[in-house]
Amino acid sequence: MMQRWVSLLLGLALLGPCVSAAEPARLRVCADPNNLPFSDRERRGFENELASLLAKDTAKRLDYTWWAQRRGAIRSTLKAGLCDVVIGVPTSLDLLATTKPYYTSTYVFVSRADRGLDVRSFDDARLRSLRIGVQLVGDDYANTPPVSALSARHIVDNVRGYSVLGDYGHELPAAGILSAVTAGEIDLAVVWGPLAGYYARKSAVALQLAPTPAVDGEIPLRFAIGMGVRRDDVARLAQLNAFITRRQPDIDALLARYGVPRP
Amino acid sequence: MSAGDYAGTRFSPLDQIRRDNVKRLALAWRFDTELGRGHESAPIIVDGTLYVTTPFPNRVHAFDLSRPGSPPKWSYEARGEERARGVACCDVVNRGAAVSGGKVFFNTLDNHTIALDAGSGRELWNVKLGEVNRGESMTMAPLVIKDLVLVGNSGGEFGVRGWLSALSVQDGSLRWRAYSTGPDADALIGPWFKPFYAQDRGGDLGMKSWPPDKWKQGGGTVWGFISYDAQLDLLYYGTGNPGPWNPEQRVGDNKWTAGIFARKPDSGQAAWFYQWSPHDLYDYDGVNENVLFDAQQGGRRRHLLVHPDRNGYMYVLDRETGEVLSAEPFAHITTSYGVDLKSGRPRMNPAKEPHVGRLVQDACPAAPGAKDWQPSAFSPKTGLLYVPHNNLCQDAEAQEANYIAGTPYVGATTKFIPGPGKAAGEFCAWNPLTAKKIWKIAEKYPVWSGALATAGGVVFYGTMDGYFKAVDAQSGEMLWKARTDSGIIGQPVSFQGPDGKQYVAVTSGVGGWAGLVVVNKLDVGDPTAGSGFTVAMKELPQATRAGGSLLVYALEDGP
Repeated sequence: MMQRWVSLLLGLALLGPCVSAAEPARLRVCADPNNLPFSDRERRGFENELASLLAKDTAKRLDYTWWAQRRGAIRSTLKAGLCDVVIGVPTSLDLLATTKPYYTSTYVFVSRADRGLDVRSFDDARLRSLRIGVQLVGDDYANTPPVSALSARHIVDNVRGYSVLGDYGHELPAAGILSAVTAGEIDLAVVWGPLAGYYARKSAVALQLAPTPAVDGEIPLRFAIGMGVRRDDVARLAQLNAFITRRQPDIDALLARYGVPRP
Repeated sequence: MSAGDYAGTRFSPLDQIRRDNVKRLALAWRFDTELGRGHESAPIIVDGTLYVTTPFPNRVHAFDLSRPGSPPKWSYEARGEERARGVACCDVVNRGAAVSGGKVFFNTLDNHTIALDAGSGRELWNVKLGEVNRGESMTMAPLVIKDLVLVGNSGGEFGVRGWLSALSVQDGSLRWRAYSTGPDADALIGPWFKPFYAQDRGGDLGMKSWPPDKWKQGGGTVWGFISYDAQLDLLYYGTGNPGPWNPEQRVGDNKWTAGIFARKPDSGQAAWFYQWSPHDLYDYDGVNENVLFDAQQGGRRRHLLVHPDRNGYMYVLDRETGEVLSAEPFAHITTSYGVDLKSGRPRMNPAKEPHVGRLVQDACPAAPGAKDWQPSAFSPKTGLLYVPHNNLCQDAEAQEANYIAGTPYVGATTKFIPGPGKAAGEFCAWNPLTAKKIWKIAEKYPVWSGALATAGGVVFYGTMDGYFKAVDAQSGEMLWKARTDSGIIGQPVSFQGPDGKQYVAVTSGVGGWAGLVVVNKLDVGDPTAGSGFTVAMKELPQATRAGGSLLVYALEDGP
């Protein structure tokens, strides 16, 4: 009995340092399992690819915690210590510390190319009669900037809403607003760039994408995106900033492959 | 049923516990749910068994009151979709079950209505009524009327279209569904519909009071309590706020949101409707309880209902016709100047209208209202309504960028602050016939628990900082209080045990919208976290902690 204990202890002693030496440091990322083109569980999103690039660059093993990006997601994941990095957040978000931006995108006007609409301004007189789709968030006064821009001009009756969360049971949950454009149910949609760019690349119907103005009154329509870490995670923030500086050309190429509009 | 009776009074005719002996009230037994989220449910006692539901993952526990120590009899877990956690807006609460005809009926966060055998806990039927993937959820307590179980949905913040559904108690099959927006056919509005006020008359107002198509995502969810008058054969319930559009994008009254419907239970057909908050600007859901009572007025007996609304007014309506007889403030109001009894409409204050890019300070009541879901109690002995409620104002500005599902948007920054007097909560007694507040007790935090009135002249409520309190029904004098491990946001009830003794039961377990600061460990340095609640609640995490329990009290040494 005694001997078994001794050998067991010895075995553990040998095993202990062995395991930690063989095990690479981990890059713990929180991501949505169903939110293309950003991320999904099959790692087909550009944020997945960027996480892989980051892991490779820093010689770490990539671990995911999958969590739907709903209200409370950052609190329940990053802030609860389930992961250390969220790959894509607006750098204006004050819930957490963010790196310098690695891209800036914009809302875009999306229409079928065969319509030849070429809308580029919220003051375009045609916006009063075209059927326009917008992305809805949900809380009053908390809607997407295009909703505010259209409301400010009293463009109401011809505006249709599509949930920014969409139907989570679908492969591209938020794409309903874009399939409505290709199907001709609406003439024009005002959509966050990365989603529109990705969809347009895959669409059988040619779509025209044109950036909105950068701001409308006090409301911004362009957002700089960086990586997010916990506010007190200063060392990691510096490492991530160094990575972005070093690999920006690779990141640019990645975003171009996904058709992310970058004004 | 959660409210004790169809009238929704939460009045217990038991009188062993009185003003003069309530000090001897002590914990008789307890059960810990081992769940850390908000416990808003009411224990229900039928035939010597106590039933209680829990928050997600939506368990039901049954206890045998006839045996010493009231041991657990059975328990059931709904095993819902984990994903539902992220979809529910304001904590993952459940407001209780309905027990009738040997069956226990309850709703799950992921949109199932389930019937269990009351004796064994065996599942009898289980129907799915909504889709978590589209933002729908269910939190309300069902009500059984005749052979129907009535249930409603939650999720107005996500563009869900509200409804009340009637299911067969036998197999859960859908008998009828009444939507809160859309054409009359969808809202079950037909030839029997006789609203009292002119603005509610006309065809398809559930469509016409919106810009084209916006009613399709119009909100008006049904997540409060339902009451029922068997004599008139009318059921009453409130509808949630309109959404998810900015108000500028939903010009019009946005019917039938933020109001009350009276309906025939058999067909679901509407008898009348009244709108507390036409074109709601402040998230004033109209779902608060409608407590039925009768009174002699002008030489005849009138059938009335009393409703404390989120918008700050205490309404008394004729429940036969939907006429508003009085509407007086029971809390500090700056968003409106009063209710015009002739038209039935509130007179809104344009200076407090929120607009994108404009800071609106001191808008009262704040979004959770002068009173949120927490149900009041009515004592026929005192004729008073006992109202647990909030004293909150808000500063709102639409500015900050935020992030959901890959999309930056310009989100609203809202901050709730205590109203005049600096206490964020109040428990008051209100005379509905004179429309006067009789007494009030200031509480540091919103009183987020239900109230219980008893024939012993004692009224019970709980506080978020963890006290269960008994006060004198006449004077409001504090008679007794007990410390609880976690804050109370549940619904107290009283029952007579098989041993003949009177008991009082309540769940503790802080949470809910107001309690997110504790259960989610929100950053109290961020004034806008928890949808604005952290300023008013910043000291709560020091005062209490998360964790659910069922607490049952009785008099030491008997009555």
